[in-house]
Amino acid sequence: MDAKPSERRVRVLNSQGLHARPADLLVRCASEFQADITIARGSERADCRSILSLLTLGATQNTELVISATGHDAEQAVNQIAKLFELGFNELDESTAADMAALPESGGSCPPTT
Amino acid sequence: MKFSDFVKPTAICADLKSFTKESVIEELVQALLDAGEIAADQREDIIAAIMKREELGSTGIGRGVAVPHTKHPSVQTLVGTVGVSDQGVDFDSLDGERVQLFFLLISPPERPGDHLRALENISRQLRDETFCRFLKQSKSAEDIQQLLQEADDNQFAAG
Repeated sequence: MDAKPSERRVRVLNSQGLHARPADLLVRCASEFQADITIARGSERADCRSILSLLTLGATQNTELVISATGHDAEQAVNQIAKLFELGFNELDESTAADMAALPESGGSCPPTT
Repeated sequence: MKFSDFVKPTAICADLKSFTKESVIEELVQALLDAGEIAADQREDIIAAIMKREELGSTGIGRGVAVPHTKHPSVQTLVGTVGVSDQGVDFDSLDGERVQLFFLLISPPERPGDHLRALENISRQLRDETFCRFLKQSKSAEDIQQLLQEADDNQFAAG
């Protein structure tokens, strides 16, 4: 139906970058959606359902990435994935976190929707 | 970053004897100790730190691969080793598969970029089925070292 992918540009905020644990969080979050989700660094594109693939991005702090999703829940998927980046994968130190709006205590893989 | 930048050849374990998560981590850390890459009095602390990281979520990232790791103030540069298990180890991997290939990394706390670049290199090379298969079939540390060298020379992954 809608062939045009939902896209969002994000930045890696946490100092440790997109290492194994954030990659795990992203995969778990992506798995809650039907949409095909990729994360790209320049021309390099990683499958958001594969930790191995995400780690190939080698995304350090401040790296700009583009989340892209296609499918009926693409919009929501992009929102949720982007939120994980905004929360610095819950690894932001207090000084950085203070600059962010409400940091919810997330129990599940995806940040709360409300 | 290349394998040769962090994998210590004399610490490579071609034939891991351990069958549990904790013992395989101990075996790999011991190999780094025997190779003179970590201090003897830090051994227990490093093992505990790696196990603590595993509690946050298994570093068994799928396809029979695990990357147990920790930051530790006792190392000045990123040190790592590779271990191969013939039978595979139950490592609570995310895809449920037993782990045959281990890349254990210990990095200085203030160098997150190096850790990421090592992970990037490992994951990039492991996308290549041939490299993965050859590594699992390796019978000696020399075989493994040669494979890593070939990977460093771009003979496997396309980019």
